[in-house]
Amino acid sequence: MNLAEKLKSGKFLITAEIGPGKGTDIDEYLEEMEILRGKVDAINVTDLQSSVMRLGSLVVCHLLAERNLEPVFQITCRDRNRLALQSDLLSAYVLGIRNVLVLTGDHTVLGDHPEAKPVFDLDSVSLLKVASTLAEGKDMKGNDLKGKPEFCLGAVVSPGADPLEPQLIKMEKKIEAGAKFFQTQAVYDKESFEKFIKKAEKFGVPIMVGIVLLKSAGMARFMNANVAGVSVPDKFIKIMAEASKEDRPRRSIEIAASLIKEMKGMCQGVHIMSLGWDKYVPSVLEAAELI
Amino acid sequence: MLVTQIKPEKEILERISGKNVFVFVCPGCREVYFPQEKVEEFIQSLPADRVRRVNLDYLCNREFVKEYVQGYSREIERADAVLVFSCGVGTQVVSSLLENDIVYAGCDTLYLDGFQGLTVQNFNCDQCGECYLNHTGGICPVTHCAKGLINGPCGGAKDGKCEVNPDADCAWILIYKRLKKLGKLHLLKEILPARDYHKIITESLARKKL
Repeated sequence: MNLAEKLKSGKFLITAEIGPGKGTDIDEYLEEMEILRGKVDAINVTDLQSSVMRLGSLVVCHLLAERNLEPVFQITCRDRNRLALQSDLLSAYVLGIRNVLVLTGDHTVLGDHPEAKPVFDLDSVSLLKVASTLAEGKDMKGNDLKGKPEFCLGAVVSPGADPLEPQLIKMEKKIEAGAKFFQTQAVYDKESFEKFIKKAEKFGVPIMVGIVLLKSAGMARFMNANVAGVSVPDKFIKIMAEASKEDRPRRSIEIAASLIKEMKGMCQGVHIMSLGWDKYVPSVLEAAELI
Repeated sequence: MLVTQIKPEKEILERISGKNVFVFVCPGCREVYFPQEKVEEFIQSLPADRVRRVNLDYLCNREFVKEYVQGYSREIERADAVLVFSCGVGTQVVSSLLENDIVYAGCDTLYLDGFQGLTVQNFNCDQCGECYLNHTGGICPVTHCAKGLINGPCGGAKDGKCEVNPDADCAWILIYKRLKKLGKLHLLKEILPARDYHKIITESLARKKL
């Protein structure tokens, strides 16, 4: 079963994520992805995450697809205009990719090329609409396509956003535009997730809760200060601060597993963002009793 | 000096038909261009007993407009909506002075090279040619949102501030709050089509005379 079929089946979904590196060396992370084979339903590949110039999502997704590791092609609106975005969607399909996650994208000023020109020709809603239109065999100007790309389309939402209502309104628009599943920004608090789910479940679309593995207390504090919608509670910062360096992965796995156990009953899947700690993902899944 | 054209009549009528309207007309840029005839024609076509209209030059000067708005406050209160025939800056100025009233843009602002706008302001107009102020309660998503998004916020706002600059308010949170105040949140539910850069690029080039 591929991801689209699993979505329909009602199976609890598990996805992981890679951020390609800066450069052309791919062997290391392709090797790391092997650890996930058979344990996750799909692997997201980020699109110039944090606006840092890196190897592209398109090629890494293709390499995963070649190796029968189902990829989710993340595509943002930051770097390419509507022509390039439509073209990349066609290219993705030809390269064997069948799942696309559409996002606005972090602004260029946040990355390592802050002088670059930000594009944002489309936004996440119009890009979803465009992808849906291509799947029906026409480009966004109504021209017929010779061969159409059919994708399982996903989008993102931030349960921790304050105010939350604009996120929910936009979430509905994304569904109208063709989003068939959602992966959330990282959640560290089951109460706030519950509040979000109570409002979002009526949309009837599968939601996968986002889990980011904490690597250190410093990272947790950094996220609290800088990453919108993410709030790591003090209790977790304390655990990571008190752990020795060797112990950190174990504590991280425990925290992630406890969060998943608390929230898995409220949603349709989990999306694990390991930020390089891919090798610990199987342990997280085991500790969370998902595999 | 900004260049405006009147919005399609149908679009304006959709928003104001059946309502008592207070109309601001700003002919301040008529030395360069203002669709004076078309605006007059449109206003004359409305039922006279439902329209109260003032000509006010240089709506881009907020201090100046503030005094007038205070002076006209009773008439504005009696109206169901305010309609502004001006560039995006003027419309935003009026909208910022009447946060509890629904303020509609009657014009689209087109691109003009050279010196744009007359008064230094906190509001900016990108002269995009397809004014979005009617969808956002009078707050410009093109100039105020760092990403120029037109379908709602990204996930980057933290404590109501833009991810690009923590001193800048997230435009979409301001828009959400304004529309909520006005009871017009349904406007956020509409999927707006992608922007049309063709119109602006070709029309502004057609006006270039070297």
